[in-house]
Amino acid sequence: MIRDFSLIWQSADRLLDGLINTVLLSLVGAVLALALGALLAIPLMASNPVLRLVSRGFVDLMRCVPFLMLTYLVYYGLPRLGLRFDNWTAGLVAIVVYNTAYMAEIIRGIWSRLERETIEAAVAFGFHGWRLVSRIILPQIVLAAGPMIGNQLIQIIKDTAFLTIIAVPELTHAANSIQAQYFIPFATFITAVLLYWALCMLVEVGVYAVERIAEKRR
Amino acid sequence: MTDTASESRDAPVLAPVLEISGLTKTFDDKVVLDGVSLTVARGQTVCLLGPSGSGKSTLLRCVNWLEKPDQGTVLLCGERIGMRPGGVVPMGNAELAKLRMRMGTVFQHFNLWPHLTVLQNIIEAPVHVQKRRREEVIAEAEALLENVGLADKRDAFPSRLSGGQKQRVGIARALAMKPELLLFDEPTSALDPELVGEVVAVMKSLSQAGSTMLVVTHEMGFARETADKVVLMDGGRVVEEGGPEEFFGNPRTERARQFLQRYVSA
Repeated sequence: MIRDFSLIWQSADRLLDGLINTVLLSLVGAVLALALGALLAIPLMASNPVLRLVSRGFVDLMRCVPFLMLTYLVYYGLPRLGLRFDNWTAGLVAIVVYNTAYMAEIIRGIWSRLERETIEAAVAFGFHGWRLVSRIILPQIVLAAGPMIGNQLIQIIKDTAFLTIIAVPELTHAANSIQAQYFIPFATFITAVLLYWALCMLVEVGVYAVERIAEKRR
Repeated sequence: MTDTASESRDAPVLAPVLEISGLTKTFDDKVVLDGVSLTVARGQTVCLLGPSGSGKSTLLRCVNWLEKPDQGTVLLCGERIGMRPGGVVPMGNAELAKLRMRMGTVFQHFNLWPHLTVLQNIIEAPVHVQKRRREEVIAEAEALLENVGLADKRDAFPSRLSGGQKQRVGIARALAMKPELLLFDEPTSALDPELVGEVVAVMKSLSQAGSTMLVVTHEMGFARETADKVVLMDGGRVVEEGGPEEFFGNPRTERARQFLQRYVSA
């Protein structure tokens, strides 16, 4: 067993590369999904029924598609329509598109429970449009949604593991290739699991920090 | 100046800041406003009284177009609110915002922004809507907090304040807009009785300092002592309008007598 872990140690650079890719995909994916989700929440909350129906349709569709299927579709399916991405970009696109729907739904849920009065007060003071959203609505949503957005971040980190099937060189892919070379499945996969766990703990720390900011305002 | 000359010829002694005429509003067949007209002159404090459901708050919400009236006009310093000149095309949000930022509203339930500190609440709209210089607005906000007796709460969050303190912040927030018109929507109705006094005191000093105020209230004492004009609404109409001595001492209508009996003795 010690020998197994020393083999892993020798392959540390490959695991590190994988870890970096996982972090990058999760981070860039989450930031984009959150930003697009915030934008998508606007039509979800719109009074115009057409806007609401179309955006609702997208969200519900995404929530019913297995992530693996979406990944296949982006990587293997879209080139048929003339849209060709490299593995890494295809993985990122899948993560962003999929999680935008979830983020939008989280934001919509919190938004609809915000006190209408504080928004109306802002309108009475001359706020409107994007400034109303960015100065008054979004900050309140972020503070209320911290834990839920944190959960979704953890979901994103775990979803990046699926990208191994389109050969994105992320952590699971790296672990798999080390395992295949040395036949040391336990040591490799437990190391990868611990690395995933460490990433998720970082997210938890972030959520805790947001919660402390929110707590002062409650 | 020629401007002043022409103004004094056209207008009565005091130029009207707010002119409401013929306002009607119906919610699902229920007539809430039934042809209300009302004028507030510069420097005046006008108190809107009436039983709950009489349309007072809806009238106030129509002034800054939070509620769209079905008919009638609202003029702020002669400028029509809600409709472009001609009265056919409704204003967009940006145009409405330009007019709204000239009024300051104080709400029954305070409606402070919970994610911002007291100071941030006060400077938020002057800095981000009116685009005034931040340092200048902060200095004014600190002076306003001093005036309402809350200088030490500058960096507190609204959730840590009592109702009376929240409402005084609400008033400071409205004043920071340097508004031409202050709207108060039952500012003391959500307060514990022992906290009403501190808010009423601030409102009185504002009125004495010459602010133009339209106040929906149940505080008869405030109306009697401070108002330049008292307006009684019932069933979506103005039923009586007059100076406070006349209104409280010798009401002209039976409805006003009934109302006063119920509210002043209570």
